[in-house]
Amino acid sequence: MFSQFDERIAEAFARLPDYLGGHVLVSMTALALGMAISVPLALLAFRRQALRQVLLGIASIVQTIPGLALLALFYPLLLAISALTEKVFGFAFSALGFLPSVLALALYSMLPVLRNTITGLAGIAPAVREAATGVGMTRRQSLVEVELPLALPVIMGGIRTSAVWVIGTATLSTPIGQTSLGNYIFAGLQTQNWVFVLFGCVVAAMLALVVDQLLSQMEIGVSTRRRSRIVLGAAGLVLIGAGALVPTLRAGVATYTVGAKTFSEQYILAALLQQRLDANGLPADRRDGLGSSVIFNALAANEIDVYVDYSGTIWANQMNRTDVKPRAEVLREVATWLREQYGVTMLGGLGFENAYALAMPRERAEALGIRTIADFAQRAGTMSIAGDYEFFSRPEWKALQAAYALDFASERQMQAEFMYQAAAAGDVDVIAAFTSDGRLAQYDMVTLKDPKHALPPYDAIVLVAPQRAQNKAFLDALRPLIGAINVQLMREANLRSIVGAEGASSESVARWLWEEIVRRKKPASRARSLDDVNKNAARDAALRFAGGR
Amino acid sequence: MTGDLSDDKAPAIIALESASKTYDEGRSPVLENVTLSVPERQFLAIVGPSGSGKTTLLRLINRLTDPSSGTVHVDGKDVRGVDPIMLRRHIGYVFQGVGLFPHMTVAENIAITPRLLGYDRRRLAARVDELLELVRLERASYRDRFPHQLSGGERQRIGVARAIAANPHIVLMDEPFGALDPLTREALSDDYRRLHDTLGLTTVMITHDMLEAVLLADRIAVLREGRLVAQGTPPSLMREEHDPFVKALMQTPHRYAERLSALMASQ
Repeated sequence: MFSQFDERIAEAFARLPDYLGGHVLVSMTALALGMAISVPLALLAFRRQALRQVLLGIASIVQTIPGLALLALFYPLLLAISALTEKVFGFAFSALGFLPSVLALALYSMLPVLRNTITGLAGIAPAVREAATGVGMTRRQSLVEVELPLALPVIMGGIRTSAVWVIGTATLSTPIGQTSLGNYIFAGLQTQNWVFVLFGCVVAAMLALVVDQLLSQMEIGVSTRRRSRIVLGAAGLVLIGAGALVPTLRAGVATYTVGAKTFSEQYILAALLQQRLDANGLPADRRDGLGSSVIFNALAANEIDVYVDYSGTIWANQMNRTDVKPRAEVLREVATWLREQYGVTMLGGLGFENAYALAMPRERAEALGIRTIADFAQRAGTMSIAGDYEFFSRPEWKALQAAYALDFASERQMQAEFMYQAAAAGDVDVIAAFTSDGRLAQYDMVTLKDPKHALPPYDAIVLVAPQRAQNKAFLDALRPLIGAINVQLMREANLRSIVGAEGASSESVARWLWEEIVRRKKPASRARSLDDVNKNAARDAALRFAGGR
Repeated sequence: MTGDLSDDKAPAIIALESASKTYDEGRSPVLENVTLSVPERQFLAIVGPSGSGKTTLLRLINRLTDPSSGTVHVDGKDVRGVDPIMLRRHIGYVFQGVGLFPHMTVAENIAITPRLLGYDRRRLAARVDELLELVRLERASYRDRFPHQLSGGERQRIGVARAIAANPHIVLMDEPFGALDPLTREALSDDYRRLHDTLGLTTVMITHDMLEAVLLADRIAVLREGRLVAQGTPPSLMREEHDPFVKALMQTPHRYAERLSALMASQ
């Protein structure tokens, strides 16, 4: 228990320079940009009633948009603008990661600065302003030498509030491709690595406190004329900023980028792709935790070079297909469509499916005599189903409902990790699970057969960006993975990365996975590999059962 | 009007000609048709009840506000043709309730106008020391203090020092000593009168205190409801005025003196 804890802490610390660096860069840039916009706007607006109300109104509305949604909205927006600039001016910029995060966070940071600057300036006694005019100051001199210094404590209050907001909200920039402390939180939630989640939260909170204190020192220094305090605060901020640049500069050598969506299988496969590229002398870095639609657009726009998607996802979400075809046909059509529409290369399938499947605890399914979805369709009215945040808005769910006339008593959305526990505890009856999920084995669950083939196939496929389509070294480095991972192997890998197993990092699971792949490719060593698996008899039995379909 | 001492011997350095100021498009007149001239080196006190337009009259002189009609001349020039910023830098102004900037030290407050006029650092420092001496504050111990660390009297001495820092020949004062205790007030007003004389200033001071006006000023102008109802030397106004309002106002120091001697006699 303790060694596992220590290991996770050590791993969290190992990633700290990278995550903290990215976090500091994005939040400081956003804060600086936000201030550079808000303060002049406030100066422009504080004497103009109408403008003031419009500005504060807009800033308040922005504030009510959930941070995650605001960040997510900036990605397609920038993508569209980038496409436009490429068409009109002949250059495109990266719409992934840093830029959308900075813009969204800057927008988010505006309200406190805007409001406090306006309030601070409006709160200055008219007599003071009159005195400034009376001694012969111009409007600008009065503002710079008298009004702003007097409003400074209030303005600084706004800046400090927005610094804390931005540092907190920057954890949400992970899904649009910006490395931040959110990487701990998103990855930790996916792999039930609570040490990671807590670590990310604690570091973000500490960063917010430190920056707040440094700003406060500067404020005290300015208002009490203690230069040492100003220097202390400024030096602290500069030090944090400079420190943040170090890992970014050091990491400047990577030429290839591997993307990953927001769940543990994706982290493992991205690590595997990265390790394969590195092993072949192709330095690669990673963009973990990208949103499902963000990642495809990023690949098509050459912002990432490779990632693993699933045939059914492309089929339904990108091709907008609602019909269901056999596995091989879907793969073929997807490959053609990707090449023709986007110039994206489908290198091939990894050899397993991560499809949606309805699953129940085995005991319960056996007791009720349920083996297929059709078996419990008439009971659905008394049952509850849980799915991840996406599932109930996905076309698969509608297809499933239509095919089997499903009408559940209740539908609950929850974090995928909690679904299995909820089903095992009897809180929900059925869950929308993933066929490659190691927890199917961990919680001893069965997947229900789909005799009407309402659910499309979800082959894991390696997608390559248009700009790498002719890069032979790159493609050759990844080709050994094609067809090399069956669903049992993937389940085992997934189980290893979550609680109950060693809780290993995605990197170490990926290394294990590669060793397994190599071992299984040599017929002579296959027996030995099975022996290894047999060491954990209970888990192995469960794996075999769950893998039975 | 009686006792008009706009003695044509000395040239008028400030001259208001039929100056009116109205707000709300003429519906609320603050000043009505005021004609007033102040000769060089004169100390003019403006008296009158609250809301009679005293402060507005003062603000017309350095263009903190402009007249709705009529003209204002300073140094023989129509102020509408003068850059208001430069005009204000060359006219000292002592504000009601001090008007020192709380975030600036004594030295910085005093040095504002010379600094705006481009004095260099050394000249500024020398000027600050000189002014602290003039207003009788020990320079070493006051230079780096902030206004909130000073007493009311000290603050107003700084206010005076700031007003005369750039060597203006005109000083406008809006109830400068109103909020001070009687002893401080007396000392400060005497000190200021001495400065007025030695520096050859022309001063226009608003006051509520008739005794102060009578004892300090060369000439008094009485405002009532935006109109200039009387002006003259203190003795002439006290002796010769027939307007009952002005008479009553000018008699206040007398009445106090009489009541005081009656009180002393009865004991």
